[in-house]
Amino acid sequence: MGDVEISVQGLPIVASRVDVVRGSTLVLDGVDVAIAPRSRTFILGANGAGKSTLLRVLHGLIEPTRGRVTWGAFATRPRGHAMVFQRPVLLRRSAAANLLHALALCGVRGREARRRVDQALTSVGLEAMAGRPARVLSGGEQQRLALARAWALAPEVLFLDEPTASLDPPSTRAVEAIVNDIHALGTTIVMTTHHLAQAKRLADSIVLLHDGHVAEHTDAVAFFREPGSAAGRAFLEGERL
Amino acid sequence: MDTISQSFALALHMVAHLDPRLAAIVGLSLAVSVTSTLCSAVIGLPLGAAIAIGRFPGRGPVIVALNAAMGLPPVVVGLVVYLMLSRAGPLGELGLLFTPPAMVIAQTILIIPIIAALTRQTVEDAWTEYREQLQSLDASWLQSTLTLLWDTRWSLLTVLLAGFGRAAAEVGAVIIVGGNIDGVTRVMTTAIALETSKGDLPLALALGVVLITLVMALNVGAHVTRQWARARLG
Repeated sequence: MGDVEISVQGLPIVASRVDVVRGSTLVLDGVDVAIAPRSRTFILGANGAGKSTLLRVLHGLIEPTRGRVTWGAFATRPRGHAMVFQRPVLLRRSAAANLLHALALCGVRGREARRRVDQALTSVGLEAMAGRPARVLSGGEQQRLALARAWALAPEVLFLDEPTASLDPPSTRAVEAIVNDIHALGTTIVMTTHHLAQAKRLADSIVLLHDGHVAEHTDAVAFFREPGSAAGRAFLEGERL
Repeated sequence: MDTISQSFALALHMVAHLDPRLAAIVGLSLAVSVTSTLCSAVIGLPLGAAIAIGRFPGRGPVIVALNAAMGLPPVVVGLVVYLMLSRAGPLGELGLLFTPPAMVIAQTILIIPIIAALTRQTVEDAWTEYREQLQSLDASWLQSTLTLLWDTRWSLLTVLLAGFGRAAAEVGAVIIVGGNIDGVTRVMTTAIALETSKGDLPLALALGVVLITLVMALNVGAHVTRQWARARLG
């Protein structure tokens, strides 16, 4: 939201020696990561490396088995962080009503809520779909609607879990443009992706996960020029192959 | 066969001409069953949703007990309610025995487990899909519950109909606590049982026709509504 001030109270997000155990599997193993304010951090890694788990830990959806996460000065996740999932979860109501519902949960109602809904839908190019049932929109439109919902909340941090994984190239580009627009408003972006080209286009910081470890956390330009870890080199090499 | 066909003809005549006796019984049946369904919905919907979303010690046994309670024997429920409402019972002073409110109480007790158990299943399925999104939006337990109940409303309509169907077709409990008093507590099911035993087949058949038609019409209505909602809302 252009005229809604975005705070950075819940930043930086710092994960310290985080382990996550699922059954007998160590999904994250001693992860140390810090997410800087207003950064665009991309979490990369092969399937099963723990990308989505780390994203959820940083968003506070998953409690670490060991270790801790802090959000600025807070030990619990503050309000004002939003997440967009790989498969958008939309309620059985109109596109606009989905946004109004999210805003109502955050205490924004009435004229201000309506204004934010109109602005967010326009920003993602869905203003004509405001009255359409959200679940009958196409996959790309649904993901843009999920982004509009996050946008309307003017989040301090936006987490995105492979938001373009099932989208065609034009829809992927549209989503990337929206993510850039949201970042331009001051929102910190933390995103997982399989697309190296996408990370190259959007990221300014890369976290590379390898078997639940952070293999490297570095500047995006440096990573794509010359990875600092064997896992990073292998990962880029595998992509080139 | 003649008796049956004559009875059917007479039954249809009574239905077509809105026989006052028939209308009174059908009216009371609807009033009692709709009231008990609404009472059960007020308790059963939030209860089922709470169990679906909540994580607490003993949740598994609670779900098993709730599912088992769907098969509560009506006569046993009727007997327990009778004992509670009888003059010597703890609620005897209310003077509800052999009145429609007593029948509503018995039917409500019978239907609550049905509505709560089916709601639990419906809402839990939705919760699996919505949980992370609602948690991400910092939705409270109450906000999540209300969101899920609203979003599954078309499925829950079928749940309510299942409850209504059980109430409308139930005879064991209402005959014990209602007494099947003509013009006071006589409903379709108890009247069918009585008229059949008396040999008055036309009235029994007419009531049967109304009962079946009513239940079928409601289910067709619910089905059409669900299809419409699915097509329109996804």
